[in-house]
Amino acid sequence: MNAELFERYGLRMLDGLVVTVELVVISVTLGALLALPIALARTSPSRLLRGVSFAYVGFFRGTPMLAQLFLVYYGSGQFRGALESVGLWWLFRDAFFCCIFTFTLNTAAYQSEILRGAMASVPRGQSEAAWALGLRGAVVLFRVILPQALIVALRPLGNEVILMIKGSAVASIVTVYDIMGVADLAFARSFNLSVYLWAAVLYLVLVETLSRVWAVFERRLGAHLAVSAARS
Amino acid sequence: MRIVKAMVGAALVLAASAGFAGAKDWTTVRIGIEAAYPPFNGYNANNELVGFDYDIGLALCAKMGVECSFVAQDWDGMIPALLAGKYDAIVSSMSITDERKEVVDFTDKYYTNALTFVAPKDTGITDVSPAGMAGKILGAQGSTVSAQYLEEQYGDADVKLYPTQDDAYLDLAAGRLDAVLADVGPSNLWLAGADGACCAFLGEAVVKDDLVGIAIRKEDGDLKAMFNKAITDIVADGTYKTINDKYFPFSIY
Repeated sequence: MNAELFERYGLRMLDGLVVTVELVVISVTLGALLALPIALARTSPSRLLRGVSFAYVGFFRGTPMLAQLFLVYYGSGQFRGALESVGLWWLFRDAFFCCIFTFTLNTAAYQSEILRGAMASVPRGQSEAAWALGLRGAVVLFRVILPQALIVALRPLGNEVILMIKGSAVASIVTVYDIMGVADLAFARSFNLSVYLWAAVLYLVLVETLSRVWAVFERRLGAHLAVSAARS
Repeated sequence: MRIVKAMVGAALVLAASAGFAGAKDWTTVRIGIEAAYPPFNGYNANNELVGFDYDIGLALCAKMGVECSFVAQDWDGMIPALLAGKYDAIVSSMSITDERKEVVDFTDKYYTNALTFVAPKDTGITDVSPAGMAGKILGAQGSTVSAQYLEEQYGDADVKLYPTQDDAYLDLAAGRLDAVLADVGPSNLWLAGADGACCAFLGEAVVKDDLVGIAIRKEDGDLKAMFNKAITDIVADGTYKTINDKYFPFSIY
């Protein structure tokens, strides 16, 4: 380990860690908010809603996130005039915003599929019983279906967050100094490959921390299942 | 899986630092070139390599009496690929810097470069000194002398680095950057094109004595000597001037 290199880029690497965490937390949270309406649209009786949401999910799951980021970042640059006239250019001018925007749309597509699958796994009898009790649609969804679906969705959602942590490294291509961006910068100056090992370690720490937090979630949320399994 | 990843990474580091040692009989020389830096290097419409660097490389090989092949390589991986033995020399507008000299050797210069700012025509900037540029958003291609110069001298500005020079120009045209610092040759070519219509050179060159050489692995001193002699020869016999005049109306030696 090169002490001079560490002194020069060690702190910047930690700044990069903060940027990576911000990118992932913000986009995964916004993506989760979008995922529910998209999942509902996918199973909606309306052909239009089904078609649009199908195309959306198909596009974002079927193309590389790098290509999507390029489209948003350099694409918005081409439409500067139009974006200025609707007062949105100041947002798209910012590389960090472009990353959040792209990552959010991308993860929303994945999360909506996870949610749709999880909701489908809740036995039909549950909603039939709720309807029979005279509960309204929204109550059935939020009080009966979703609580059960989210337990099923938890593990694949954790997987998706881990994928986002690693996938967020593409932000470095559009001038954002996340972990990967700082590693690239340090490598460009020093030609010392160990900076990529530092970066790998930081990503490992992030992913490992997340999977531990997720294990706690699972124990908490699935506590009643564990108890009932033990009793039966 | 995580452990496997860490091990593969460690193995790569070892392999790269070990490199390919051993003396060689130089009958063939492989040359690394970025092929994305017109007019110095790039592809023409027929997908053939062209440019000042390419022509100089061919002329040097002819003078040395060796057979040359060119290998296209992304800029960021240029030196690592040289060290890993993918090719034997870099003839790709690489400036001679102290940092690079710690890992590779350089021949004598084969041209002299200047760094100049490029900005939108309606820019409000009049002073290109670090003080005048404080708080501005400045761009450059990563791993270049321009990037290094911005990082070191323009600490009060917001410096953004791009994988290729074209990406930096694109963002300048899009209005994301207040100015780009780059080599004068490629900027000149870009400004003359349709995409560069937005912009113009801004002020005098901030660096005028940036020497460009051919990078060679440290253990290949014999190859370095061959290149040095060939550079002197093509300058002396007028081959250099012919190539120079093909691309630039002024001498860049």
